[in-house]
Amino acid sequence: MAKDKMVPVPSNSIVPERDVDKTPILETHHLGIDFGGLTAVDELTLAVGRTEIAGLIGPNGAGKTTVFNLLTNVYQPTRGTIMLDGKSTARKNTEQVNRMGIARTFQNIRLFSNMSVLDNVKVGLHNSIKQPLISSITRLFGYRASEKKSRDEAMELLKFFKMEDMANHQAGSLPYGAQRRLEIARALATHPGIILLDEPAAGMNPSETAELMENIRRIRDNFNIAVMLIEHDMNLVMNICEGICVLDHGKVIAKGTPEEIKSNPKVIEAYLGKKKEAK
Amino acid sequence: MNKTRKLSKFTLTNIKCYGMIIVAFAVLYPMLKMNMISNKISGLLIPICAYIVMAISLNLTVGFLGELSLGHAGFMSVGAFSGVITVACMQSGLPAPVKLLAAIIIGGIMAGILGLIIGIPVIRLKGDYLAIVTLAFGEIIKNIINCLYIGVDGSGLHFSMKSAEALNLSDGKIILNGPQGAVGVSKIATFFAGVLLILFALFVVLNLVNSKTGRAVTAIRDNRIAAESVGINITKYKLTAFIISAVIAGMAGALYGLNFSTIAAKKFDFNTSILILVFVVLGGMGNIPGTIIATTLLYMLPEMLRQFSDYRMLIYAIVLILVMLATNSPRAKVFANKIVGIFKKNNETDGEGDVSNG
Ligand SMILES: Nc1ncnc2c1ncn2[C@@H]1O[C@H](COP(=O)(O)OP(=O)(O)O)[C@@H](O)[C@H]1O
Ligand SMILES: [Mg+2]
Repeated sequence: MAKDKMVPVPSNSIVPERDVDKTPILETHHLGIDFGGLTAVDELTLAVGRTEIAGLIGPNGAGKTTVFNLLTNVYQPTRGTIMLDGKSTARKNTEQVNRMGIARTFQNIRLFSNMSVLDNVKVGLHNSIKQPLISSITRLFGYRASEKKSRDEAMELLKFFKMEDMANHQAGSLPYGAQRRLEIARALATHPGIILLDEPAAGMNPSETAELMENIRRIRDNFNIAVMLIEHDMNLVMNICEGICVLDHGKVIAKGTPEEIKSNPKVIEAYLGKKKEAK
Repeated sequence: MNKTRKLSKFTLTNIKCYGMIIVAFAVLYPMLKMNMISNKISGLLIPICAYIVMAISLNLTVGFLGELSLGHAGFMSVGAFSGVITVACMQSGLPAPVKLLAAIIIGGIMAGILGLIIGIPVIRLKGDYLAIVTLAFGEIIKNIINCLYIGVDGSGLHFSMKSAEALNLSDGKIILNGPQGAVGVSKIATFFAGVLLILFALFVVLNLVNSKTGRAVTAIRDNRIAAESVGINITKYKLTAFIISAVIAGMAGALYGLNFSTIAAKKFDFNTSILILVFVVLGGMGNIPGTIIATTLLYMLPEMLRQFSDYRMLIYAIVLILVMLATNSPRAKVFANKIVGIFKKNNETDGEGDVSNG
């Protein structure tokens, strides 16, 4: 059923070859949401391949974050459907869609800032660690094994982001860049099939951004999952995204490979053009 | 190095909590047995134990779950009266500790059931709304028990909402007599049992906080939206914490109720809920050792102030305000940190007793 729905996306040419014959991890069909009179997102149809790095770009207020909120069921769509791994996410809540395989980070970092770095990741591991309430309270019945497993897995993820030294620091006290990395580590801990990154490079210096680019590639290669990111840093987007979708005023104005997007007149006018004017 | 430091922090809180209680018991118990404690003080010991357990329990809701509950005395009340009824229904031949244990268990279960009933609608509310609804529930519980008549005879328990006569007791006795409350309660609560109950409450809460369940609860408090985004069932964990908190409060209630020969529902009113909240806030949200100390001092304070008779409550209120200001103002904090710093130089391993960071 999902096979014939496959929309190679963002444009016909760019689903990475390795993903072509597989169900997309994520599909949306005619997705839209209104806030009162305002149509924040409209007619959004796209698909993301199983191991694709996809970009979602557009000027401020275009509706990008709203798309992420729709995909994670923070908002219920007014129109359209979302298919995650071939299954509809209608009438699910945020917690349930996370279990179905979608994880995210936030434009304004949302860490458990009073908890330690390690505990933040452990919270991400919540659904993959078995520890019934009775063993939480009594510290018996497999408590030690489950705590060890969660600790080991969390440390492994922190090592992946070279954060193992900070494991016992309070999350809220970390430098900005490290907070962003921790948020990604926590999202990955939920074992998603696709991870959504909302402006991961915001506020980063060039060397941090370069490291982030490398990390995003490593996430895809190591965990074998799809990445979808919202980003204003064109250098980053054009370098690592295989498919790009451009939003303006809630509508898709272009989809394609970085090359296609760069040369698309609509995009230049709506997005890149404005920037040049500003300069 | 880091690993051991973190471990020691958690263990340190545990040692502080358990140690404090055990040392206090080791000092007080022999004194009590040798009649070295004045009647005034010894009469306070069991209530203090009950209130420490209440404060530990409320700290789970307020400090760790981060929800303001203003009806906690309601759970205490249900625990107290269930406990009293349990004891009244048991054969008088049974040893007192068995009866007390049964009363505490039943008190906890009944309060837990009530916690579930109240929790399901309440836990979906946020912030102020939750506080106000728990307040209302606390008052409802008080008023229901206030007009409840319960008696026991050969044929079992009799209930009435009208009057004691309506119970139609053949030969038995009245346990709960409406606004007069429970009368003729057998005073079987002991200081030893109180201390054991505190240790039990500490065991449950401290373990919980450092477990998967506890992390989920703390995560919800810290950032609800992020917690949802990593697949945590908000309702489930809020409800779990709320019910555990209610069960412990019910147990404290049973201990408290069985310490007096008469006990009325109006004892567990809004003021009592607020009093417990004050213990928690002053002791520090999420700070269990602090809660224990604050409860003990604040509960003793009015008694210590008896010599000031009429001005007692005034002085009490002023002390409260001063302590609040002192613990909250940034300058006082800097000052306190300096003092702590001096001690830290001497003893590097001494850390803050705040479990929420552990
Ligand atoms: N919950 C909401 N209620 C009303 N309007 C909203 C809400 N969320 C987003 N919007 C509006 O939707 C539009 C898109 O916002 P957003 O998705 O945050 O843009 P961006 O592309 O910068 O991430 C904006 O005009 C914003 O004001
Ligand atoms: Mg945005």
